[in-house]
This record gives sequence, C-alpha cells and structure tokens, in this order.
Amino acid sequence: MKNFWKDHFIKYLLQASASTCILIVILIFLFLFKEAIPFIKTPGLSTLLDSRWEPVSFVQERFGILPLFMGSLLVTVMATLLAIPFGIIAAVYISEVATPMEREFFKPFIELLAGIPSVVLGFFGLMVLSPIVKTVFHLSNGQTALTGAILLALMAIPTIITISEDALKSVPSSYKQASLALGASPVETIWRVTVPAALSGIIAAVMLGMGRVIGETMTVLMVTGNAPIPTLDPLESVRTMTATIAAEMGEVANQSPHYQALFWIGILLLAITFTLNFIAQRVLKKYQRRS
Amino acid sequence: MQTKLTAIVSAAILAGSLTGAALAGDKNMVQIKGSDTMVHLASAWAEKFMKNNSGIEISVTGGGSGTGFASLLNGTCDIANASRTIKDSEKNQAKSKGFEAIEHIVGLDGIAVIVNPSNPVKHLTMEQIKKIFSGETANWKTCGGPDAKISVFTRDSSSGTFQFFQEHVLAKGDYSVKARRLASNSAIVQSVGEDANGIGYVGLGYLTEAHGKVKAIGVSKDAKAAVILPSVNTVKDGSYPISRGLQMYTRNQPTGNVKVFMDFVFSAEGQKIVEEMGFVRK
Repeated sequence: MKNFWKDHFIKYLLQASASTCILIVILIFLFLFKEAIPFIKTPGLSTLLDSRWEPVSFVQERFGILPLFMGSLLVTVMATLLAIPFGIIAAVYISEVATPMEREFFKPFIELLAGIPSVVLGFFGLMVLSPIVKTVFHLSNGQTALTGAILLALMAIPTIITISEDALKSVPSSYKQASLALGASPVETIWRVTVPAALSGIIAAVMLGMGRVIGETMTVLMVTGNAPIPTLDPLESVRTMTATIAAEMGEVANQSPHYQALFWIGILLLAITFTLNFIAQRVLKKYQRRS
Repeated sequence: MQTKLTAIVSAAILAGSLTGAALAGDKNMVQIKGSDTMVHLASAWAEKFMKNNSGIEISVTGGGSGTGFASLLNGTCDIANASRTIKDSEKNQAKSKGFEAIEHIVGLDGIAVIVNPSNPVKHLTMEQIKKIFSGETANWKTCGGPDAKISVFTRDSSSGTFQFFQEHVLAKGDYSVKARRLASNSAIVQSVGEDANGIGYVGLGYLTEAHGKVKAIGVSKDAKAAVILPSVNTVKDGSYPISRGLQMYTRNQPTGNVKVFMDFVFSAEGQKIVEEMGFVRK
C-alpha cells in the first residue's frame, strides 16, 4: 500500500513538472495578448501595417512593424546562410575525419564560442568588425545589417556544429561500412551516405541555430545602427524586432499604444519561432517516414 | 580624472546590479535613476555625498529620462533624473498613484551638435540642422561641405535628449528614417568620431570628455544671427540656441535622506560638481 502511494506520488510529480513547461508557454501567450489586445480598438491593428516605425512623435505616432520585420528577416537569413556551410563542414570534420586527439582539441573551443556572452560579441563587433566592414565596402559607417549577420552567424555556428555532430555520430556504422565495402571512397561515403542519413538532425540543427539568431538581441542592438529603414540591402543600417523591444520597453509609458505595439512585436516574434519549430518538425517527420 | 573614472566604474557596476538593487524604500538607500546625460553628474554627487555622510547609500543608474520617470512611478527609485521636463501624462500617472512629482532644476545643459573633425563645415543654422536631422538635406554639399551623403546619428527614443531635440530643433517634426539610433552619448561620440560624414548631438558634458575625437559645430538662430559655439558661458548667458534644464524629480517634497541629498546637490559644493562635470550651474 505504501509503495502504491509512493509510485503515484512520483508519477504525479513527474507529470506536474512536465506540464509546467506547457503551462508557462500558455501563460506567456496569455500575458502577451492581455497587454496587446487594447491596441485592436485604438489605434487599430491596421496601424501595425504602416510603413514606418515612429513611436515617439509630435506629428503622428506610427507603429509599422514592417521595417522591423524586414530588419530581422534580413539579418537572420544572412546569418543562417553564412553559418550553414561553416557549421556543417566543421561538424563533418569533427565527427568523421578528425582523429580523437584533434577532436579533443577543437571541441572545447567550439563550446567556448557558444559561451561568449552576446554583449561581449557585440562589443567586439562594434570595435573590430564594424571598422573592417566599413573599409572593405568603402562605407562611411560600418554599422550595417551585414555586420550584425556575421556576428550572429558566429553565435549560430556552435549550435549547428554540436547538434549536427550528434546526428552524424548516430548514423549506424553499418551504413558506412556497407558503403566502403561497395567500393565508395571515404569522401563519397561522407557526402552520399552519412550526411544524407543524418539530414534530419542537420536540419534540426540549422533550425535551432536560426532560432538562436532571430531571438538574439544585444549584439544586433549594438552593431546594426538601429535605423528602422525598410530595406533588403545588407549594407544599410537596420533595426530588428528584438532590438526595438529591448531599446524601447524600458521607457515606455504603461498601457500606451506604444507599449501595446511592442507587445505585438513580441507576439509576432513568438509566432515566427513557433512556425520555425513547426516546419522543422514536419521536415523531420517526412524524412523519418521515407528512411 | 581618477575620480571621474571611479564614478564611471561605480555607475557601471551599479547598472550591472540593477535588478538586485531595485530596493527603493530601504531606509539608508537612495535610488537615483534616469537620464544618461546626467548619470556621470549624479555619480559624482553620490560619491562626494557618501564620503561626507557614511550612513547613507546612494545608487545611480542610467537608462534614459523616460526610464527614470517610469521607475519613479513604479516606486523603484527615489529620484528620477531627467534631461527633459515631465510630460502631462506622466504627471497624471503620478497623481493617480497618489503622489506628486516635484521638479528640482539642478543645472543647465547645452546640446552640442557634433561632426567628424575632418569635416570642413564649421557652423550651421538651426534651419540647416533641422533639415539634416529630418532627412530633408542628405548631402554635405548643401551645407558647404564635401559631396558626400550625411550619416545622421541620434539617441534612441527613451532618451530625454532625443525628445528635447525633436521638440526644439526639429520643431516637433520626425527624425529621418535613416537616422541611426544609438543607446548612449558615448556611442554617438564614438560613431561620429569614426564616420567622416557623421553628425550627431551630445550633452555639453560629453563634449569636454570627447577630447578632440569630434568637433562641435557653431550654431546660429538664422542666417543673419551670430554663430555661437556651445560652451558653459554661452549656455549660461542664453546665447547658445540649444540648451535646457537638468531636472531631478522626487515623490512629493523630499524628506529624510532624499532631502539631505537634495540639499547637498543645491549646496555650493554640489553646484561646484555641476561645473566640474562640464555642465552649467543654476
């Protein structure tokens, strides 16, 4: 009898801790909507479609999310494109090519890169990378979307390497042995057998890297110049959604339209992350079914 | 220099412990928060004050004038520093929370318009400055400079300087969408110092600190008026066109430690610090 209660108690405890996560997500969603909803009445949701973000103005306060969305999109896409080749090639090297000693040498450095606080990376970007970008592209100023994207790629690379490497390692060695036995070279085996077999994990790695990039705030706040220009030019200054929330939430008057508009940006960010995860899950499932 | 450095370092450390330090109401602790323009000044006061009154702890954090007001309203600070005056909406919010926000003008500040030292432009009229910051003028050629695109730097919207400049120089118009919005005065000095085509604005106190990294522009009210360079004297006599008061706001009339501190601020010693920090005494 004692054991019965003990078992049940433990079971409920585990169930409760597992559901806490779900509860927290739901609460965050509710909180965001609760703060954001009055905006629908005044000044109306259509104001979020304005082409300018001008929340502090004597003329007219304008809350167009588009320039901020484009800023986030530009920086995220560029950072992901920069990080993918580096991340995957490094993962392949570490898991398939490197000797155990080389692996022991590289892995701590990659973990170190993942551990650099984003504000330090931002400082590095401002002092070192931005002057380089300025000189290379003959700009008068190095605070551009590209500068931010390069730094964010540095942040995404460790995530991509670590998770891709796990995926590559978990490919059964019988696959590789079969491929080699059939006369394929080691290079062919890596790119035709191992990498495709681990593709689901690699896609998940890229998605997670992207998630890290889109949510990153401090670095982009410091190096992209924060001008809310609706542009897709990598050498223009941009302002991301995250940077906007970070820079403005502190000063904004509670319950003002500006405050509520910032919550809509938060909702949009959350929706984007959810979509990314959803797509990643779908890709994973489709892939698993095929293999 | 040494004391200034310590003040900056202590301000930075305090800013770092921001979350842990939100303890307004602690009897021996006075929390000051707000304007970045005033953060060095307030730190210098705090340092001197704590030397004289060992029983009272003063903590100073920046974040912008708006942050200061928000924090005063939420009860997380005792004194809000502000480089702009309080808005009616903020005043009403204070009333609805059951207190009155009392204004104390503790000094004056000029806002210097700065450019890169390599820029040949030496003076601008208020109209020209307005056009540059609103994006109407996009090339230095229009103002007698080289044929190059102007890069405009402003503070972000939480800054009192941002709002003051918007109201008084841009005549309540909007900033150019291309204006880069930076988080602090020193970031503006840094960026304008590196950008040959840059223009920005900072409080007078930061100009003395910039040590030739940037150049202050002489400003004239219109094409006929005299060109005035920003300095302590021209702000004091009112001839420099872009100047403002530095305010501290308290919840109701100051009492207890807050009063002791405010009295110190207005004392000869406190006002001397105003001058030492590059601002103008009342």
